[in-house]
Amino acid sequence: MTADVSGSAAPTPPGVGAAPASKKKRRSLLLTRRDKWILALLLGIPAAVHIFLVWVPTLASVALSFTSWNGIGGLDRIKFVGIDNYRVLITTYPPFWPAIQHNLIWLGVFLFIATPLGIFLAVLLDKEIRGTRFYQGALYLPVVLSLAIIGFIAQLFLSTDQGLVNGVLGAFGVKPVDWLGNSSLNLWVILIFASWRQVGYVMILYLAGLKGVDPTLREAAKVDGATEVQTFFRVVFPVMKPINIVVLVITVIESLRAFDLAFIINRGTNGLELLSTLVTNNIIGEASRIGFGSAIAVVLLVVAVGPIVFYLSRTLREEAR
Amino acid sequence: MTAVSPEVANVYVRKKTGIRWSRVALHVFLFAMAVVWLFPLLYALYTSLRPYADTARLGYVSIGGSYNFGNYEKAFTDGNLPSYFLNTLIVVVPAVFLTLLLASMAAFVLSRYSWRFNLLFLMLFTAGNLLPPQVIITPLFRMFLLLPLPSPSILSDNGLWYDQYFGVIAIHVAFQLGFCTFVLSNYMKTLPQEMVEAAVVDGASVFQIYRKVMMPLVRPAFAALVVLETTWVYNDFFWALLLMKSGEKMPITSALNNLKGAFFVDNNLVAAGAIIVALPTMIVFFAAQKQFISGLTLGSTKG
Repeated sequence: MTADVSGSAAPTPPGVGAAPASKKKRRSLLLTRRDKWILALLLGIPAAVHIFLVWVPTLASVALSFTSWNGIGGLDRIKFVGIDNYRVLITTYPPFWPAIQHNLIWLGVFLFIATPLGIFLAVLLDKEIRGTRFYQGALYLPVVLSLAIIGFIAQLFLSTDQGLVNGVLGAFGVKPVDWLGNSSLNLWVILIFASWRQVGYVMILYLAGLKGVDPTLREAAKVDGATEVQTFFRVVFPVMKPINIVVLVITVIESLRAFDLAFIINRGTNGLELLSTLVTNNIIGEASRIGFGSAIAVVLLVVAVGPIVFYLSRTLREEAR
Repeated sequence: MTAVSPEVANVYVRKKTGIRWSRVALHVFLFAMAVVWLFPLLYALYTSLRPYADTARLGYVSIGGSYNFGNYEKAFTDGNLPSYFLNTLIVVVPAVFLTLLLASMAAFVLSRYSWRFNLLFLMLFTAGNLLPPQVIITPLFRMFLLLPLPSPSILSDNGLWYDQYFGVIAIHVAFQLGFCTFVLSNYMKTLPQEMVEAAVVDGASVFQIYRKVMMPLVRPAFAALVVLETTWVYNDFFWALLLMKSGEKMPITSALNNLKGAFFVDNNLVAAGAIIVALPTMIVFFAAQKQFISGLTLGSTKG
C-alpha cells in the first residue's frame, strides 16, 4: 500500500490525507492568534448555518414528537403527552402502515430492479464501444430533470382520457384504465417513472467506479480462463466495494426520500401514501398537528439513521486513523 | 493460413463471428434501451408541438394534423413563465454562490488543519446532507414563522423568514452545504501540500492561504459543483412548496401546476410547459456533461 509520503514530492493520495502528526503539530505552532480566530470563523460560520437549519430542527422534531400542539398560539401552548403520538400512529392512524408498506415496496423495486439494471448497464458501457457517449447521455438524461417534470410526463402517459398508454390499449379494444386513480395500481406505475431516473443515476456512479478498476485484474482473470460473468462477480464486484456501499446507501436513502412524484400526482393519498407525504400533509394541511407530524418524522429519522451511520462508518473510517 | 487445418480454421471463424455477434447484440440492446429511455421526452416533445384540437380529433396516438409552437406561446403567456423563471433565478444564483463560499471555507479548515473536532464536523455535514428533508420540516416551518427579519427590506417584506426568497435560499444553502463540504474537502486533500507550505514559509496568513492559494486550486471542483448544484436547486420545488405562500413568488418548477386548469387538463399545453422547464437543465447537461458527472462521482468516490 501507500508508503509514508511525507517529504516526498508526490501529491498526497486521498485517504492518507493530512500529513503525519509531527508535521501537523509543527504547523499549528506557526499559527498566530489571529490565524486561529480566522480558522474558527471559516469553520464556525458554515457549521452554524448547517446546525441551525438542519440539526436544530432535527432535534426539535424529536422533542415535539412527545408533545401536542396545533401551532396556534405561542410556544407555551405546547403540551407534553409522552408517547401518545406514537401510540396513535401505530394503532389508529389509518395511512401509517400503508405508508410503511409503500416505502418498502419502493425500496424493493429500487433494490432489486432499478439498481441492478443501472449496474448492468454500467458494466455494458464500460466496454470499449462506439457511441458510448450517446448511450450514456440518453440513459442519464432523466436524472437532470426535476421530479416535478417527471410527474407531468407520467401524467402524459397515464391520464385516463388523454394518456398515451390508454390510447395504445384503446386501439386493441381495451377499456380505459385509471392508472393513477386506482389505489392498487398507481404506486407501481409511478415506480416505473421513479426507476426511469434511478437507473441512470446508479449507472453513472457505477460507471465512474468501474473506470477506476485496475485493468490488469481483468486481464489476469481472462488469462486464467474466466468468463466475463465470472470476472465481474469474482473479481470486479469485490474490488468495487466502496462504490457498492455508496450505491446501496443511495438506493436506501432515495427510497426513504421518495416524495415528489407521489405528491404531484395526488398529494400522497389513495394508494400513494409515503412517510414523507404523511409528514408534509400533517403540517401544511388544514389542521396542522405538529406533535403528530413530528412523530412520523421521527420514524423516518430512525429508519434513515441506520444507512447513514453505516455509510459514515465506511467512508470516514480512514479519516479517524 | 494454409498451414491451418480446415477444422481449426473453422473453429477460428466461428469464434470470430461469435464475437462479432455479441457486439452486435450489445449495440442492439443498448440502442433499444436508449430509445426506451428517450421515448418519454420525445413523446412530450411530439405532443407539445400539436394543437389540442388536432389531438382531440385524431387521438394522442396518431400522426397528422398541424405541428406548431402554439402551445409554447400559450404556456409562456398564459402560464406567465418568464416571471417564474426570474423567481427561480433569484433563488438559484445566491444559493449556489453562498453554498460554495461557505462549503469552501469549512472544507479548507477540515482538510488542511488539525482540528480536534475535525471528524465530528465532517460527520455532521455528511449526515445532514443524507437526511430526508421531511425529518426537519415540521419544526423548520414553525421556525420560519417565528424568526424575525428586518422589514421591509431586501431580505423580507413581512418581517419573517416564511414566504421569502431569503428563507428558501437559506434552507438550500444549509442542506447543500453538507454535500459540497464533503466533496471539496476530499478534493483539497488530493492537492499537493507543497504550495501551501511554500506560502507558509513566505509568511502568508491563514486567510491569504485560503483566498490566494486554495481558491484557485479548487476551481475544477467548483466548476463541477456549480453545474450540479445549479441543476439541483433549479429542479427543487419542495422547499418552495413548503416555505412559500405567495403564488407569484413560486419557482418555475411549481408554475407547471398553473398550466393545469381546475376542471380541464390540456395535455399538449402541459407537455410544452414541461419541455420549457426541462430545457435549461438539459442544455446545462449537454454543455457540461463532464463537470456534471465528475461532480457526482467526486461525492461518491474518495478523491
